[in-house]
Amino acid sequence: MSKWDISDMGSWKSSQFPLGAVIPDAGNSRDYVTGGWRSMRPYRDPETCTQCLLCWIVCPDSAIRVADEKIADDTFNFDHCKGCGVCANECPVEAITMSPEGCELPGVK
Amino acid sequence: MQQLTEIRWHARAGQGAVTAAKLVAETALAADQYMQAMPEYGPERMGAPIKAFTRISPEPIDIHCNIENPDVVIVLDDSLLDIVDVAEGLVSDGAIIVNTCTPPDAIKRALGLADSITVACVDASGIALDTIKRDIPNTPMVGALAKVTGAVDIDSVKSLLEKTFGKKFGQEIIDANLASVDRAYEEVKAV
Amino acid sequence: MPEQKTVATTGNSVVAEAFRQCAPDVVPAYPITPQTTIVEEFAKFVAQGRVHAEYVTVESEHSAMSACIGASAAGARVMTATSSQGLALMWEELHIASGMRLPIVMANANRALSAPINIHCDHSDAMGARDTGWVMLFAETAQEAYDNTIMSVLIAEDPEVLLPVMTCLDGFITTHSIDRVQLMDDESVAGFVGEYVPQNALLDTDNPVSHGNFAGLGGPYFEFKRAQREAIDRSKAVVERVGKAFSDLSGRPFALIETDMMDDADVAIVVIGSTAGNVRHVAKQMRAEGLKAGVVKVRCFRPFPHAELAAALSSVKAVAVLDRAESFGAEGGPLYLETRSALYDLEHRMPVVNYVYGLGGSDVKLELIRSVFDDLSDIATGTPALHGPMYLGAR
Repeated sequence: MSKWDISDMGSWKSSQFPLGAVIPDAGNSRDYVTGGWRSMRPYRDPETCTQCLLCWIVCPDSAIRVADEKIADDTFNFDHCKGCGVCANECPVEAITMSPEGCELPGVK
Repeated sequence: MQQLTEIRWHARAGQGAVTAAKLVAETALAADQYMQAMPEYGPERMGAPIKAFTRISPEPIDIHCNIENPDVVIVLDDSLLDIVDVAEGLVSDGAIIVNTCTPPDAIKRALGLADSITVACVDASGIALDTIKRDIPNTPMVGALAKVTGAVDIDSVKSLLEKTFGKKFGQEIIDANLASVDRAYEEVKAV
Repeated sequence: MPEQKTVATTGNSVVAEAFRQCAPDVVPAYPITPQTTIVEEFAKFVAQGRVHAEYVTVESEHSAMSACIGASAAGARVMTATSSQGLALMWEELHIASGMRLPIVMANANRALSAPINIHCDHSDAMGARDTGWVMLFAETAQEAYDNTIMSVLIAEDPEVLLPVMTCLDGFITTHSIDRVQLMDDESVAGFVGEYVPQNALLDTDNPVSHGNFAGLGGPYFEFKRAQREAIDRSKAVVERVGKAFSDLSGRPFALIETDMMDDADVAIVVIGSTAGNVRHVAKQMRAEGLKAGVVKVRCFRPFPHAELAAALSSVKAVAVLDRAESFGAEGGPLYLETRSALYDLEHRMPVVNYVYGLGGSDVKLELIRSVFDDLSDIATGTPALHGPMYLGAR
């Protein structure tokens, strides 16, 4: 969470908003859940994956998780993955595949 | 002193009418008067007939319209007499000062002016060529204006010239300009 | 009161001087007649090292205002100048500057809009921008143009306001005529406008912020516009306060509307800009001839001083509003619409008539003003007032 609490923005009066629609805090795009935009869902095959980390570099939403300099087991942050497929397209060993969305995802409408 | 003096300048673009109007304005300021000086703007090129206007008053000047009934008309180039109605709107006891070798009574007849109007002539171009060595009649014409109307004071004109030209030019050029003002003041003939 | 220097110079020259004295950090500008000499002289001050500003030569007015917005968001004190088509080309950025609450100060040399092409004075350019959220001041003289420019900086940057300010002067009539002007010394102006302390500066890397954000469907766009309306409403008191402070410093009067001979006036003319002088001159003549004539000059057009105008005009028998701009298809010119609206709530409404005058620099002859007072005199004694704008002096 960013330090700028916008949880009850829906009830703010005009005087409570920051001047000139400025966002007075950095890094708050993390709070903006965009996973619901996704129609195609990526899947990574850990057997094929060579841990080259190219997917982590190219992901436009920084939605590939890395732990200990390796692609994490729960690879995709589905709160922010929009299903664009760049990772699957760029993977040199075709370890990532895209399949139609359809399952229930926690935290995403 | 008269409440408000309105002057109209006729010249060809490039002859320094705007500079002269500015010199008159600054002289008026030096005498703690109020003034306006405005050129008539339009699509101009060197040699085209132009007009400029000056107002001088001991009181603040409220009006911002063109001068239609000038008290004084100054013509920097006598070739304009044939192509521009320089006396247009001139008040009945006004004055017209022309840079020319022609005597004032001939100008008065040629323009068909009433006796009540003062016509003053001075060979400002000749004086400028003698003194400044260039045909820049604007400075001597201010000397003639001082003599004919008293709207500006000759000594203020000269001290201002010295001050403003002193920043840009050497003493020789300043002296030449001062001499041109003096000569026009002495040589201008009026009827 | 600090000593002042009296000079004989043009309106543009003293606006450039005011710019220099207000020490902007960035001045992006594009030249256009009759504004050109403002930016020319300012560029010279930069070249001479007499002001430490980043002078940005841009490729259009659209770019000029865009650069102003960027620089202002970055945290700079920003000033610029334009005119006519230049202001028109800035149109979308004018809204962005006010919407982003950026305290940019812009001089506008009032000039007619094409077509046909015309370079001379009228207020069509500024009036076309009257709903863009800028505070708008108008000058009658070069002196007022100088004073308004300095005041604008403090008004724009006031924490209660934080809106851009447009300071208007009449093209050629004020911009290019030599007039008698009193100038403050540099230290007094510097002390008056102070240092600009920006809010939300992009270059404040310790406190990163994001400017120019989206507030679309379901977002708080409506609330932001309301905040902008509240700010420009608050600016009225700030304009008055800054005007009072500058008056104290300079010894020259300032009011949102300036009245002459209104105490016992039977008829009055409401006017903006340099023509106010012509009207005052004729009103004095009319007084000498027995007509109780008065003048109301609007110096602050945005925020519009409705209450002050209504109070000034409440006891006159007939009012004429002079508009140097059209509002084609409306009941009259912009100043007329504002004035008539301001007078609607008065207990005793008087006839209010509208004259469009001086478009494209058409000369505002004194006899034209006299004809308006003559009309008012007739209306005040029972002649029915004509409806719709009359074209003063047009064939």
